[in-house]
Amino acid sequence: MAQTAASSGRDDERLVRVGALTRLLTRPDIGALLGAIAVFLAFGYFARSVNWIGDPAIAAGWTDQAAQYGIVAVPVALLMIGGEFDLSAGVMIGSSGLLLGYLATHAHMNIWPAMALVLLFGLAVGLVNGLTVTRTRLPSFIVTLATFFILQGVNAAGTLRLTGTTAIDDIDSAHGFSSARRLFASDLTQWSFKVKVLWWIGLTIVGAWLLAKTRFGNWIYSAGGDPDAARNVGVPVARTKILLFMMTSGVAALMGIIEALELRSMQSKEGIGLEFIFIICAVVGGCLLTGGYGSVIGTGLGAAMLGMVQLGIIDAQWDSNWTYTFQGAILFLAVILNMVVRRRAQSVRR
Amino acid sequence: MTPSEPHLLAGEGISKYYGNVVALRDISLHVDAGEVTCILGDNGAGKSSLIQILSGVHQQDGGRLLVDGDEVSFTSPRHARSHGIATVYQDLAMVPLMSIWRNFFLGAEPMKELGPLRWFDAKLARETVRTELRAMGIDIRDPDQPVGTLSGGERQSLAIARAVYFGARVLILDEPTSALGVKQAGVVLKYILQARDRGVAVIFITHNPHHAYPVGDRFVILNRGQSLGAYGKHEIDRQELVRLMAGGRELAELEHELEEVRAEVEG
Repeated sequence: MAQTAASSGRDDERLVRVGALTRLLTRPDIGALLGAIAVFLAFGYFARSVNWIGDPAIAAGWTDQAAQYGIVAVPVALLMIGGEFDLSAGVMIGSSGLLLGYLATHAHMNIWPAMALVLLFGLAVGLVNGLTVTRTRLPSFIVTLATFFILQGVNAAGTLRLTGTTAIDDIDSAHGFSSARRLFASDLTQWSFKVKVLWWIGLTIVGAWLLAKTRFGNWIYSAGGDPDAARNVGVPVARTKILLFMMTSGVAALMGIIEALELRSMQSKEGIGLEFIFIICAVVGGCLLTGGYGSVIGTGLGAAMLGMVQLGIIDAQWDSNWTYTFQGAILFLAVILNMVVRRRAQSVRR
Repeated sequence: MTPSEPHLLAGEGISKYYGNVVALRDISLHVDAGEVTCILGDNGAGKSSLIQILSGVHQQDGGRLLVDGDEVSFTSPRHARSHGIATVYQDLAMVPLMSIWRNFFLGAEPMKELGPLRWFDAKLARETVRTELRAMGIDIRDPDQPVGTLSGGERQSLAIARAVYFGARVLILDEPTSALGVKQAGVVLKYILQARDRGVAVIFITHNPHHAYPVGDRFVILNRGQSLGAYGKHEIDRQELVRLMAGGRELAELEHELEEVRAEVEG
């Protein structure tokens, strides 16, 4: 079949056709797309009593949850493609929200400059993570685990000392709160879709564009795929990785701001545990644990899938403890699929 | 050899010492545009040391390097590259999981801009890769396929094409055929000739005289850090090259010893 196409047409016509099929199978996000559709349809059946598929209010619920995961999962995926992990991405949400709460309620700042300071704080933590990893060449898994625990202690002890409780409340007493809340944490329509969902979709598009269409994106792939080879051809690998760490912590700080504005208060344990959810999203999106490969769009689909599982289990009236089991099963299937895709991408084609 | 036309790259009396070990002693060689100079030698002959000096990784302890007749002293590989001297190493500087076009332009991405936005001109990159590789006679199926799916010979050829595209005047190839099968090695040799025909000066390092002889215009044979002589294509035949490579007299002695062993076994 391929032979006749080659002899009848131009020389590389056969090749393009083979390429298109193989390319589809090696796309890192194809599994995430099929998985998200499967989960959506499954809950369409199991949660049919609440009209899972047709009710926009239901969709508003799971997209809210998906945005919660998906916003920070974007830079976490880019960082993983760049060959590194950030285990402090979850706790950074708490630290940033608490810092915003402190600045708004105890330092009596206007919320807007306070938000700017929080973002700077996020970038600074990322800079420290990035510099430590690139200078010491220690695994980022260990370095950011240390950051995670340091911040976890600061969050709990700092909050307790400040308020005598485990939370900072009354963040809405700050000047400028309502205008900030409108931009970051309001509802969009009568079905109460969250504006957060737009941030999630927007960041996913920006992240995908960055990875696929920019020079920096090319450097991310190479920094994770083969840092020595990348250095040999002049790619600033360390700078690329440091920027990725800063993006991750910076976006986690943005998420902390969104949560603080939405909830009007911040718990000292907020965000802990989410770091693994972000990594699951990225792995579902085809990101290899070894770096060099993955998709931001796929990561967004992974976040959607986890959001649906979280809300779907409640809507199907199952015991919500099963959520963890589902998350684990999804992670396991995704890793197996990625392994197959990677083998395909690395084996010599004849 | 006329004084009015200096060689593109020449080394005169190059020596290199590591402590009290003599890695290279008084090596001279040159290469001109559109020519292939082969550097032949067995393991430990000093090939690697010579490449490292020519490509700017290390500096020689004695002798001179000349580019276009002007003496130069390379401080880094980047410095050598700025003189148009590109080295394709065995490990290739390619990222296996990345596509051919992404690899080809890695570190030198063509950009497009609109107002404050700047992005990687992927369309231009794909087209350039296709036309460049076609000009080298390299038949790739799809510029989007990961480099990891290419065979060893195809990868070497891609690395050569990349160096030529980015303006290499002198291409130093470090054992490009040593890890390859017979057919793949033939493919790489073909692209060495393609690069030569496009006016590139090629320095081809190998331990295999059968790979060197068909493509070389000039042969420099190294043994234990010393030159066993430099020959033009017409001054030496393949058999003599093989004999010199194998260490000449030593091979004859080895043959004699083997004869004796055989005689003993049979007797």
